[in-house]
Amino acid sequence: MTIHLKTLNEILHNLDEKKHWGTKEYFINMGPQHPSTHGVLRFVLKLEGEIIKEIIPILGYIHRGIEKIGESVSYRNFVHLTDRCDYFSSIINNWAVSRTIEQALNMETNDRIETIRTIFAEIQRIQSHTMWWGVFGMDLGAFTPFFYGFRDREFLTSIVEETCGSRLTMNYIQPGGVLYDIKSNFIKRIKQYIQYLRPRIEEYEKLISDNVIVQKRTENIGILPSEKALSFGSTGPVLRASGIPLDLRKNDSYGVYDKVKFSVVIGTKGDSWDRYWIRIEEMRQSLNIIEQLVDNIPAGKHMVTKYTTKIKLPVGYHHSSIETARGILGIFVASDGMENPYRIHMRSPNYNNLWSITDMAVGLKISDLVTIVSTLDLIIPDVDR
Amino acid sequence: MIISILKDAIASKYESFVMQDSKVSIDTNVIIKLSKFPEFMQLIRDDKDFKFDILLDHTAVDYIDENVFHLVYHLYSSSYNHQVIVLVEVPRDKPVVSTLCNIWRIAEWQEREVFDLFGILYNNHPDLRRIFLEDDWVGFPLRKNYKDNFMLEK
Repeated sequence: MTIHLKTLNEILHNLDEKKHWGTKEYFINMGPQHPSTHGVLRFVLKLEGEIIKEIIPILGYIHRGIEKIGESVSYRNFVHLTDRCDYFSSIINNWAVSRTIEQALNMETNDRIETIRTIFAEIQRIQSHTMWWGVFGMDLGAFTPFFYGFRDREFLTSIVEETCGSRLTMNYIQPGGVLYDIKSNFIKRIKQYIQYLRPRIEEYEKLISDNVIVQKRTENIGILPSEKALSFGSTGPVLRASGIPLDLRKNDSYGVYDKVKFSVVIGTKGDSWDRYWIRIEEMRQSLNIIEQLVDNIPAGKHMVTKYTTKIKLPVGYHHSSIETARGILGIFVASDGMENPYRIHMRSPNYNNLWSITDMAVGLKISDLVTIVSTLDLIIPDVDR
Repeated sequence: MIISILKDAIASKYESFVMQDSKVSIDTNVIIKLSKFPEFMQLIRDDKDFKFDILLDHTAVDYIDENVFHLVYHLYSSSYNHQVIVLVEVPRDKPVVSTLCNIWRIAEWQEREVFDLFGILYNNHPDLRRIFLEDDWVGFPLRKNYKDNFMLEK
């Protein structure tokens, strides 16, 4: 039995000693303030010229101990912590916790609640992907997409703001329902948005997808074959780009996803281009889902329990998972029957998606690493939690 | 497949691997004997009936009264779309378990997270060091008896 605990300094020192390549190698820090790391993520790169030899991600710059805080707050309060993790799919995160609690309590919700939840989850997916598209353009050096992405997200943000009151950390889904009923002009505005975004996606394609520079910088860059993607625990668009059609919306069919028609988009090669193209296509699919649902929202209550009822889960383990804009978010609860969870754990999609770059980016250039990080669509507060 | 049915299928096929006398009574999950643990994980990944090719999640639960840690492994099969939670019980005073790095590569980082927050030691892990906290952090925050000067009393 040999367990030796190393520090980062020791590792860097050991790597430094093995100078068996001809040219001089050096280490460089990328981040924590590098703009393409989308937050406070730090990479230590071992480089030879501009070629990456090794990549060591360093996390923890925005670690807030959400799981530890979760042990001292009630289940209802914990819902509000989850939208501080992946802030671009905050409503889907709320849903994941609510779904775990509802499954554990065998709580039945009505069709209206499930339909509203599904619509809002798809709204979040679209606003996350439009935002991602803008940032992707900026990472590659084009400023225009960033403004376009923000402009199109703004439309949706104002619709959501009208319903739930906040623009970034959107709290909407609660165990047993949704916080507020939808407003009277919600349906009208969503229809306007569908009309608005469809031509915009064509515009996105003209601006970025048809661009030769973008194609050259993404095709065959950062290839993740399907076996590796599975072994690295990737989920969401990253895994689907590698050709595995794993989408919990189809496979688990929560909400009303079993009542709508949509296709799971998969890639063929698993390179950066596939990961790019899948998200563009997913925006179209999400628009289709919203379009099918928005006209027939059933009547009913928006909350089946009182907001003030205390939640106590039965003793044991409860878990459920949900497909966010970035992959599978799993909530795992160990309950001892009290009002607070004994232990609550989030399986965050970004944390698990991140690690495939340690394999993908080796042998490529720094500019390719920027492309790869961008197509992984990382949200660092969700990685660190 | 529903988890409880899958649990029974696994428990009957791998009867000799399943631990019956757990200190914490959890009905819905498979608890594996510590001595046969990595062998079981390799078998169940390659098993044609189950094909658990994704290690979706790995975490731990600290049962301080029973003096054990439960290690939670959440497996998913992309070909059958079923999932199961496999548990391993390790004693709290000697929390050592084999690594799964050579079965699923993601295990390397998931185990680093559990080491960082719980202090579980993984045999033959290639790079076991803290991942979120500083290298010189004292203690393991998600253990139930963790205390430091910055914590607020409730």
